[in-house]
Amino acid sequence: MFKRFIQLQWKAFFRSASFGKSVGIKIFMAFMGLYLLASLGILGGTLYFILRKLVPDQGPMWVLSQFLVYWVLAELFFRYFMQKLPVMEIKPLLINNIPKSKIVNYILGKSVFSGFNLLTLVTFVPFAIVLLAKGYPALNVLLWLLAMTVIALCANFLNFLINKSDVALGIIIGALVAFWGLEYFGIISIKAIFGPIFHALYVYPIAVLAPLGILVVLYFLNFKYLQRVLYLDGALKGKTKEAKSTNLAWTRRFGEMAPFLQLDLRLIWRNKRTKTQVWISLLFVFYGLIFYTQEVYANMVGMHVFLGIFMTGIFLANFGQFIPAWDSAYYGMMMSQNIPLRKYLESKALLITVSVVVMFFLTIPYVYFGWKVFLVNTACAVYNLGINIPVILYFGSFNKKRIELDQSPFGNMQGTSAVQFLIMLPVLGLPIALFTLLHFLISFEIAISVLVGLGILGYAFKGRLLDLVTEQYAHKKHAMLQGFQQKNG
Amino acid sequence: MIAVHNLKKNYGPNTVLNIETLEIPKGQSFGLVGNNGAGKTTLFSLLLDLIPPTTGHIENNEVQVNKSEAWKPFTTAFIDETFLIGYLTPEEYFYFIGELRGRNKADVDALLSQFEDFFHGEILGQKKYLRDLSKGNQKKAGIVASFIGSPEVVILDEPFANLDPTTQIRLKSIIKELAATEGVTVLVSSHDLMHVTEVCERIVVLNKGEIVKDIETSAETLKELETFFGG
Repeated sequence: MFKRFIQLQWKAFFRSASFGKSVGIKIFMAFMGLYLLASLGILGGTLYFILRKLVPDQGPMWVLSQFLVYWVLAELFFRYFMQKLPVMEIKPLLINNIPKSKIVNYILGKSVFSGFNLLTLVTFVPFAIVLLAKGYPALNVLLWLLAMTVIALCANFLNFLINKSDVALGIIIGALVAFWGLEYFGIISIKAIFGPIFHALYVYPIAVLAPLGILVVLYFLNFKYLQRVLYLDGALKGKTKEAKSTNLAWTRRFGEMAPFLQLDLRLIWRNKRTKTQVWISLLFVFYGLIFYTQEVYANMVGMHVFLGIFMTGIFLANFGQFIPAWDSAYYGMMMSQNIPLRKYLESKALLITVSVVVMFFLTIPYVYFGWKVFLVNTACAVYNLGINIPVILYFGSFNKKRIELDQSPFGNMQGTSAVQFLIMLPVLGLPIALFTLLHFLISFEIAISVLVGLGILGYAFKGRLLDLVTEQYAHKKHAMLQGFQQKNG
Repeated sequence: MIAVHNLKKNYGPNTVLNIETLEIPKGQSFGLVGNNGAGKTTLFSLLLDLIPPTTGHIENNEVQVNKSEAWKPFTTAFIDETFLIGYLTPEEYFYFIGELRGRNKADVDALLSQFEDFFHGEILGQKKYLRDLSKGNQKKAGIVASFIGSPEVVILDEPFANLDPTTQIRLKSIIKELAATEGVTVLVSSHDLMHVTEVCERIVVLNKGEIVKDIETSAETLKELETFFGG
């Protein structure tokens, strides 16, 4: 039986939709995954030396123990959002001749091999190796490592128990904030309370039994709980949110564009992936802080243009590059209706325009870092409005990959193809190259004026450019329709 | 109303549809039957210009569908759930479609009120998005949406599948009425021989992309079809 489960898992992995993606995306995702693992590994490997340097008068193990409570809470926090027990996958097993307890053990067991648990190992194994090399007692270090792994597993199983409750999330966030606050204002030293507890795991190897005990209890609770709710109207029931009707009457003033504008607004607010993108876009306003504050970048104009285009155009890039794939699920209906394609595109253009303007206003405080920064951002915003919006809409007609709107946005590469990478060349590369060249050959003022001029020119010919884009969409209609029908593209 | 001329659709070396000629007069209720892969949905997709023909063409009210878009104002369709917009409530969807077909909210409400029976209290005012409705209810919403805007041609692919018996019976009378009293040309495909024979004046059987039977419906039609498919 166990062998069959393993086989099932093997096939699920190698036949999954994401595995069938094009080679380019596979390589990209593998690269990102490796990068993350490598970063954590390097952190683990150098942690000993970092702690030695930061707190020379205390043992690194002791210092680390003091912070582990935050590590555990943060882990729970991330797991809450990103890790779900994949109960849906076992639906086909339910009516077959397999005891329920075995099914439950199977899904709980396979969650042990989730990537989240790997993160702890990748960080602490190098750390333990360094400790051993430094002559720390092997028994203590290895059992400590085991204890850390067991704690990660505890977090794993605890997460499944609390995952559906917002109260639990409140407690996690509350604890994180309260602990930090108590510590910061010197009211109670949280580190002093939890430090010895975690340190004990190292000092007394036998203490590993404590987390092991907790793990057994948590597993048992999970087991009991799942066994009880493993019904179609229990854990296997898909969640449905209550629909809130909105009439968005204010969009009326946009005339013929109104129905599409309403559709786009609902599209963005009612689907996970698009909604997340709005928040991510807003967060990217802070991207500038990373670079403007560093001396190295202070005189790199290319970098400033990159930031300007990027910050004011982040929604343009995130949302725009997948037009019209957002509508892929019902593109056939749209194409059989009497829709003015032009209005459909104008609505998208208007949304992106608004986003560029909003992002521009949000970047105004960067004037703190000098007038030049402000001028570059302004020029970039104008360039985005005039040139990049039509460009990104034009390239949209090359999109042939379907997007399922209701899927999780995290690490979701659905709808991505080589087109998305190619778009970035003209959208980002062109203005940077142009600006840097003009700045180098002539002057800053001329470079700014050219970017602004191009933007205004593009905006002036917006009607003509949109006509071209509309023609292109009509021309590519059948190819797009065919592409959007492929479910696992 | 609809005229097919030497229509052929190939995928690679396979011909999935090959119709030399087919005329559907205005106001006819037209039934299309055939096994899986016979080409029913392909024909409907060609009619809606969702796929391009390999050779030949279709005319809808003298408009060549793959050349001009002038057929869109008087033609509506419900092919499958992909014609629905999952993140809208049924009402929002109806108003959106209404808007595309030049009908305001009041017009759409007036039309919807005629279908209260058909909806059986499961569509309107449910506080649910279309994606969260059951398959049968999704179908109901899609079918009614295709009646918005006084179309002259209505195309329904497998409208009876997934519907409960009461709704099936109601849909049959709706379709009959559309064709008989309002002169709407209704094209219906189905796997259920009983339903099509009841609803349609004329039935065409497709087999491997070709028309093998073209019958005026009569009392013997069901028998004839059953013998054909039975062996």
